[in-house]
Amino acid sequence: MTRLPETTQKKLGLVIDLDTCVGCHACVTACKGWNTENYGVPLSDTGAYGSEPVGTFLNRIHSYEVEPTGGGCSQTVHFPKSCLHCEDAPCVTVCPTGASYKRSEDGIVLVNEDACIGCGLCAWACPYGARELDLAAGVMKKCTLCVDRIYNENLPEEDRVPACVRTCPAGARHFGDFADPESNVSKLTAERGGIDLMPEQGTKPVNKYLPPRPKDQMKDMDVLTPLIEPVCEEPKGFLAWLDKRLEAL
Amino acid sequence: MHPAPSVIIFTVLSGLGFGLLTFLGLGLPEATGWAAFFYFAAGFALAVGGLLAATFHLGNPQRALKAFTQWQTSWLSREAWLSTAALIVLGVYAFAAVFFNASITLLGWLGAFLSLATVVATAMIYAQLKTVPRWNHWLTPLHLLTISLAGGAMLAQQTGAAAVLLLFAGAVQIFHWVLGDRRFEERGHTIETATGLGDRGKARLFEPPHTGSNYLLKEMAFVVGRKHAQKLRLISFVAMIVLPLVIVVLLPMNPFTAVIATLFYLAGAFASRWLFFAEAQHVVSLYYGASGSNPPYQPSLSR
Repeated sequence: MTRLPETTQKKLGLVIDLDTCVGCHACVTACKGWNTENYGVPLSDTGAYGSEPVGTFLNRIHSYEVEPTGGGCSQTVHFPKSCLHCEDAPCVTVCPTGASYKRSEDGIVLVNEDACIGCGLCAWACPYGARELDLAAGVMKKCTLCVDRIYNENLPEEDRVPACVRTCPAGARHFGDFADPESNVSKLTAERGGIDLMPEQGTKPVNKYLPPRPKDQMKDMDVLTPLIEPVCEEPKGFLAWLDKRLEAL
Repeated sequence: MHPAPSVIIFTVLSGLGFGLLTFLGLGLPEATGWAAFFYFAAGFALAVGGLLAATFHLGNPQRALKAFTQWQTSWLSREAWLSTAALIVLGVYAFAAVFFNASITLLGWLGAFLSLATVVATAMIYAQLKTVPRWNHWLTPLHLLTISLAGGAMLAQQTGAAAVLLLFAGAVQIFHWVLGDRRFEERGHTIETATGLGDRGKARLFEPPHTGSNYLLKEMAFVVGRKHAQKLRLISFVAMIVLPLVIVVLLPMNPFTAVIATLFYLAGAFASRWLFFAEAQHVVSLYYGASGSNPPYQPSLSR
């Protein structure tokens, strides 16, 4: 049913720390690996070994350069982007078949692929580019928040988080329940001033982004620094001999 | 947005078809027998042909019937219901008119209303999208509706209505272009709001997420042809509005002139609809480095 639930019991989502992300794309690979073998049809690639490879991904890492307003060094920000599981998800209400839905129990936005006609309207409705039509299967693919991991009792407990979170070597991705003010994600968001992407679209994203901390400033140098005697020691013993021999070559 | 031929053909042809069916339902002209047969055959062929073309852009058209289920929230689903209802109601009306020389007035009016509602529902599929500021405005349904009715009036050989509707459709088209050009910036979407990095300074795309292309870029970050947009607008306006208006006003209205005028109109309408898509900028292009007149990242892999 494409009518959005009034409220959801939980608000499961991710916190992405733009300060910590190193842009290694490990989450992209882990996501593609898990989701190509599990929920729904595989994430296909077209012309993977050709000159113009194209593939379906549920998570992509952009990199931006930010030039500070007050001058100073610019900052490179790696920017992972996947479905934000919006509270007011425009992708859900536009769906003509009911394939797109938001779960009332945990707020995850999912696609029932058996009902998807592949019209692509939900991808148009999403401001964040979180949905991609799989070219091989003709159905819409999107982040499932690894719904087949987080409740999966066949997995060891530490693996019951989304694949991207489990694999992130920098600890830049956090998974939790935003409806619980005491959860790790709620606390992180409050502490670090987590923000919404494109808030003017009114989608009320669940996922939050922690802004990068400002860069360190270079400490003032001592005025006498340029006058300090340069340190240059002449080599002695074997190194002196080696130096001389190499010089003579 | 990617100007997919199937969607351009669908919106133009079924728009024209439902425009014609609106006039036929209203009894303008009140045709019966063979005349009614040809009028309705044209209306149904255009409307149904357009709808069939639309199914070509579906990934899984065999499940298209499921699109009838979500009419409470989805304009696409409402369009499915309204178009089917319009075709059934007018099918009955046409059957009576062709075989029994009978005009069931009330049924015709209902069919005309449903035809109009179908065009509005189609337009709302685009107008509802906040992600495409150019479309997200009440002018979009008015634009598609006036274009559709102007074409319908010509095919129905309603000289007065066609002239007035062409003038009106032309005015709305100009407003849709001119105001649409400004709307993306008016809404205040920038790479800074998209990334949330605005309070730090000026952001620019340093590296795209991939060296190749992807579905999002192909579907929503279309950049080809913007260079010729102004020329195409002029060509489209002359073919869709000016030439048909000259024919309708100066030449005696008969099936031959009506068809000639409609052919010019169709050529212009296809160009106008191509621009409708090609010029529409989706906010996701901001993540790929689009800003103002700068196009988003496009891979250049053809070696």
